[in-house]
Amino acid sequence: MMSETPLEAPIETFPIHKDSDTSGQARKLPPHRIVLILIGIALVASAIFFMRWDWLPNYGDLILQGLWRTIWILIVTVIIGFLLAVPLGLAQAAGPAILAVPARVFCTIVRGTPLLLQLWLLYYGLGSLFPQYPWIRSSELWPYLRQAWPYAVLALSLSYAGYEGEVMRGAFAGVPKGQLESARAFGMRRFTIFRRIWLPQAIHRALPTLAGEAVLQLKSTPLVATITVVDLYSVASRVRQDTFITYEPLLLLAAGYLVITGIIVFLFRRLEKLIPSRLG
Amino acid sequence: MTEALHASAQMEPLQSVPAEKAEAIHVWNLHKKFGALEVLKGVSLTAKDGDVVAMIGGSGSGKSTFLRCINFLENPTSGVIRINGEDVQMVSDGEGGQYPANRRQIERIRSRLGMVFQNFNLWQHMTLIQNVIEVPVHVLGMKRDEAMAIGEQLLERVGLSAKRDVYPAYLSGGQQQRGAIARALAIQPRVMLFDEPTSALDPELVGEVLKVIGDLAKEGRTMLLVTHEMKFAREVASHVMYLHNGIVEEEGPPEELFGSPKSERLKQFIRTVS
Repeated sequence: MMSETPLEAPIETFPIHKDSDTSGQARKLPPHRIVLILIGIALVASAIFFMRWDWLPNYGDLILQGLWRTIWILIVTVIIGFLLAVPLGLAQAAGPAILAVPARVFCTIVRGTPLLLQLWLLYYGLGSLFPQYPWIRSSELWPYLRQAWPYAVLALSLSYAGYEGEVMRGAFAGVPKGQLESARAFGMRRFTIFRRIWLPQAIHRALPTLAGEAVLQLKSTPLVATITVVDLYSVASRVRQDTFITYEPLLLLAAGYLVITGIIVFLFRRLEKLIPSRLG
Repeated sequence: MTEALHASAQMEPLQSVPAEKAEAIHVWNLHKKFGALEVLKGVSLTAKDGDVVAMIGGSGSGKSTFLRCINFLENPTSGVIRINGEDVQMVSDGEGGQYPANRRQIERIRSRLGMVFQNFNLWQHMTLIQNVIEVPVHVLGMKRDEAMAIGEQLLERVGLSAKRDVYPAYLSGGQQQRGAIARALAIQPRVMLFDEPTSALDPELVGEVLKVIGDLAKEGRTMLLVTHEMKFAREVASHVMYLHNGIVEEEGPPEELFGSPKSERLKQFIRTVS
């Protein structure tokens, strides 16, 4: 019907830039890359041949167990933390003062105190308070409450929620007013607007930050070793105590965390690609 | 007795439309204050089915605010609004203003008014076709397949079939605005509301959007149009209102208003914009 006009620049551009596609360039291997790769291979090979790895078979099961525990603690706390962050962010961005102020206070406290302290306050504080009450001891939750991992999950979830609550606040506030106004103008109900327009756009805005925070969360997980949860990190300590071998387990540990970080970054990239990048 | 007659004559301004047409929108004595600033000082309007009412006026004349009051994006401070024969119930907020008493009623009314914004406001995280079917599916409860079929027809009508799976950010302003018109048509609106639909467009893109709006007028759609395009208003409108400082300075059929303006201000306005 009408001639298509050439593309013009979008009115508003999303502050993330994923347009540059460098995959074509990355496939070419310039000489300096080849040198770097060879040096890398040499380093790994020397680590394998000149260091002691004879302890490895004895701890294989423990390592896998620790790895598994680290990964599920990470996944569970990131999910719970994010689910808490959405209302925390919404309350701060658009809620009445009675909700916004407590949300802000929570985020400030979580972000303003060390995670190690929060973990210990929950485990040694709350955890030692519970046994004093017979009704808690006799409740069905008691078998869980006397273990360490619920406190680890709680502390890490609250921490992630605190940081992400702030991120989501900015993301909610950053969705252009016109996007919500047009939804109102068509008679959408408030919850429909939230579910269909506001939340999806806010999440997309926050995704790159959320990915970075998930990596930070991964590197916070070793703290749970301090309250007796056996994660990947505590396996390295165990090996050192048993065999007096220090560096090899730590190197393995570093490699392990690197790989998990790589996986997190990869997964979030995939997630971001589900929605186009030029969101306004 | 005579007083009552006068009052009712005031309430129903004379219109050059046949009496059998049903009334789509009736606004009487609308006031709107933003704090101490009174933007609308008693504006009235009656639009029957098939009417194309163009609102013109300088910036700050209140014409956009008036349009936004009609679907309650702004709450009018006082006045009567009747849409689809439904009087909108308002309650006082205790500070001299008022707000709709029944949110569901407002949502119902809004879902029959197709609003087109100056800045398009297409939802950026949805493709064009998703934008068009969003309200039919999630507000009007239409089946997805059915909405898709209607949506594709509408995109074809505004000349955007090829762009159905494109995200708004990749479209030109003119294409976005045509998409926004398709989205508004998808709800099968009783009245289309255009809030300066071409003001944010590059000059070379204005024509394609005006053509779509003009076609809608020709097929007898009821429309309220806030615009700066005088030539276009003259062509498509059945009734033109000239607003100045929150009141209707002059109104009437376009030939009359543009051909022989009575008020000095309107004469000056027409001289400056054309």
